[in-house]
Amino acid sequence: MATATEARLEEIWAEEPGPVSWFTTGDHKRIGSRYIVTALVFFFLGGLEAALMRWQLAQPGATHLTPEQYDELFSMHGTTMIFLFITPLFTGLANYLVPLMIGTRDMAFPRLNAFSYWIFLASGIFLYAGFVVGAAPNGGWFAYPPLTGPIFDPGINMDIWSLGLIFLSISTTAGAINLIVTILKLRAPGMTLARMPLYVWAMFVTAWMMVLAMPPLTYANVLLQLDRNLGTHFFDSTAGGDPLLWQHLFWLFGHPDVYIIFLPAVGIISTVIPTFARRPIVGYPYVALATVLTGIIAFGVWVHHMFATGLPPLGLTFFAAASMIITIPSGVQIFAWLATIIRGRKPVVTTPFLFAIGFIVVFVIGGVTGVMFASVPFDQGVTDSYFIVAHFHYVLFGGAVFPMFAGLHYWFPKITGRMYNETLGRWSFWLIFVGFNLTFFPMHVMGLLGMPRRIYTYPPDLGVGGLNLLSSVGAAITFAGAVIVSINAIVSLRTGAQASANPWGAATLEWATTSPPPHYGFASIPVVHGRDPLWEQPELASDLTLTDGREILGTTVTDAEPEEALAMPEGSVLPLLTALGFGGVFVSLLLGSVPAAVLAGLMTLAFIGAWTWRLGGVPA
Amino acid sequence: MSVAQAEPRGARAPGWWGMALFILAELTLFGTALASYLYLRFRAPTWPPPGVEQPDVVLGAIATVLLVGSSLPMLWAERGIERGEAVRMRIGILISIVLAIGFLGIQGYEYATASFSWRSEAYGSLFFTILSLHGLHVIGAILIVGWLEVRSFAGHFDREHHAAVQVGALYWHFVDIVWLAIFAVLYLSPRI
Repeated sequence: MATATEARLEEIWAEEPGPVSWFTTGDHKRIGSRYIVTALVFFFLGGLEAALMRWQLAQPGATHLTPEQYDELFSMHGTTMIFLFITPLFTGLANYLVPLMIGTRDMAFPRLNAFSYWIFLASGIFLYAGFVVGAAPNGGWFAYPPLTGPIFDPGINMDIWSLGLIFLSISTTAGAINLIVTILKLRAPGMTLARMPLYVWAMFVTAWMMVLAMPPLTYANVLLQLDRNLGTHFFDSTAGGDPLLWQHLFWLFGHPDVYIIFLPAVGIISTVIPTFARRPIVGYPYVALATVLTGIIAFGVWVHHMFATGLPPLGLTFFAAASMIITIPSGVQIFAWLATIIRGRKPVVTTPFLFAIGFIVVFVIGGVTGVMFASVPFDQGVTDSYFIVAHFHYVLFGGAVFPMFAGLHYWFPKITGRMYNETLGRWSFWLIFVGFNLTFFPMHVMGLLGMPRRIYTYPPDLGVGGLNLLSSVGAAITFAGAVIVSINAIVSLRTGAQASANPWGAATLEWATTSPPPHYGFASIPVVHGRDPLWEQPELASDLTLTDGREILGTTVTDAEPEEALAMPEGSVLPLLTALGFGGVFVSLLLGSVPAAVLAGLMTLAFIGAWTWRLGGVPA
Repeated sequence: MSVAQAEPRGARAPGWWGMALFILAELTLFGTALASYLYLRFRAPTWPPPGVEQPDVVLGAIATVLLVGSSLPMLWAERGIERGEAVRMRIGILISIVLAIGFLGIQGYEYATASFSWRSEAYGSLFFTILSLHGLHVIGAILIVGWLEVRSFAGHFDREHHAAVQVGALYWHFVDIVWLAIFAVLYLSPRI
């Protein structure tokens, strides 16, 4: 039964029904859901690319794909999975969950949030347009020059790639800044930094890493564009440049990016396991600290991607040591999860819990091969072989996709208001778990037998035909598992049982709202006294309802003492228009038209001007 | 429990934090640019390469004085609006913009008269790319504070409401201060 307060808040926060709000919404829940759905579409496309490659590699000497097609497929598979699927998916999940978990009503900058989503969508379309015009990126997701330079890759393939990633970095950076400010300034009263849910800690560290890791990638791509199109010599060793400069810049982004992918997953696992083990996580401060340490050390290990490039041995030793040290915080987290399960009550075995356990198993295997690479001589022996492919799929698929499935099942009732089907959930877990290991475990062996990466086929006398067939069968099983997940989601959306507010009996604040949550999130701003508010506090509500207008509560950065009521903007179409303006600039640059780029740039500035006209001044 | 209704200012405002984090990302961008310069520099046998004349350090120093000096009228403008003096703020911003345009003028002269270009070799590529990157940021900062100037004439800022001015000025100071690092690396470091 809606109280007067709830009716008043609904009136303030509800959006106009109908298609207009599609283009104007700033509601973090709608934007979060969009991010998730869009990212899953890219997951499907990336999976399709993988399936085509496994079809080609199932037998030796196959000719289903030409070498050129194969190059485009593996380049876009990696680019899609890293940039268009997993990072935006975790951004979207955080968009939905973080404001609810910290007890506020929206992100700090709702319009910037909408803008980040539109840029993500536009840059994804931009990157995929390569397939439409028959010139998809073909230089790998790492794009090493001189292979991707103007001489060896003259088409627009890699221009699409590097411009597309510069375009996308606007979205990533804006989204990360929004998340950090939200976490710093909008936590519910009493939620000190030491009481933040571990998922929020994980996203907090991830967002800082995004802010610091995207610029090297963006700068590297600017240099690549200048080398390709304006005749500069950054990566040209005949004129004082150096191709290794690219590798340093790329991996200075690329290794932190591994943790940008992994830390949100850690946050999900640290949330799911205590819920189903029915006790608070063991070693909360150590897990939080391990998350922060991982984020810091991640910036000091990039050279282990370059052990085979002839760098001085002293430098290699330093980076080998750093690469071994980073296993310590990961180990701390794994032991904390295991201890939580052991010290808890008999765990409630649900699909999210199964995916969490599957994650621990698979990630430990990937971690073990990861430590092996920290040893320089071993790394030099297996570099560019399928052993590497096996390793990074264990850490990326195992370390991110398993937790993603855990998280999507876990929060499905909250987001949709319906329960998923547990039987289908278990089927999908076992298919994906078995299929995944069948796909990627044989690749360790193929690599040790000498099968190189990034080749479109292999001769029969290499002796890896059987293993490859096994791997392709595994890929088909994994794909079937993912299809069952989709069927489960679609069917449950229509016919699933109604979800209560807190079906798992979980401890964090998002479960204090109805499923799905109302537009305003919380009717009264919760006041928090501990780390597991729903387990510790029977009475959460305060008398603070903020019903004078579209308002949220600003609190202090460390102790979350209430400061001011902050006015929030209404929805607007300007974020979409600004994103389209940026899109115009990047399309013009791709086509090499300076006048068009200038025109689109001026339009973008006009939209930004309209957007910022009343910001931070006398209220209109 | 009750909370203030006043507009948050300075580090209490989410907008201030947003700008501070954006500046952090930008600092990383410039840090990457300068690190790339030094990386290629220390791999080269001679720097600048034989036959390439160094950029004019005196001219660079004058440009530095103009740009870093433009932070002072900006500070004066911020103090002005904190007391509700909108006219003083407008004058301060205007002087800052004029000084920054002077800086850009010197940069333009540098482009027109340099003995090398971005196409000649990696040294020229580095020099002009970093100079252009920073120049674009100066233009961006002029657009931001110019927009504040326009909004001031529309009566948007007073003693109580000027968070946007603080945020815009913060960016201005960043663009000025980061130039000191660029000046040190591009103009001074090849001479030692």
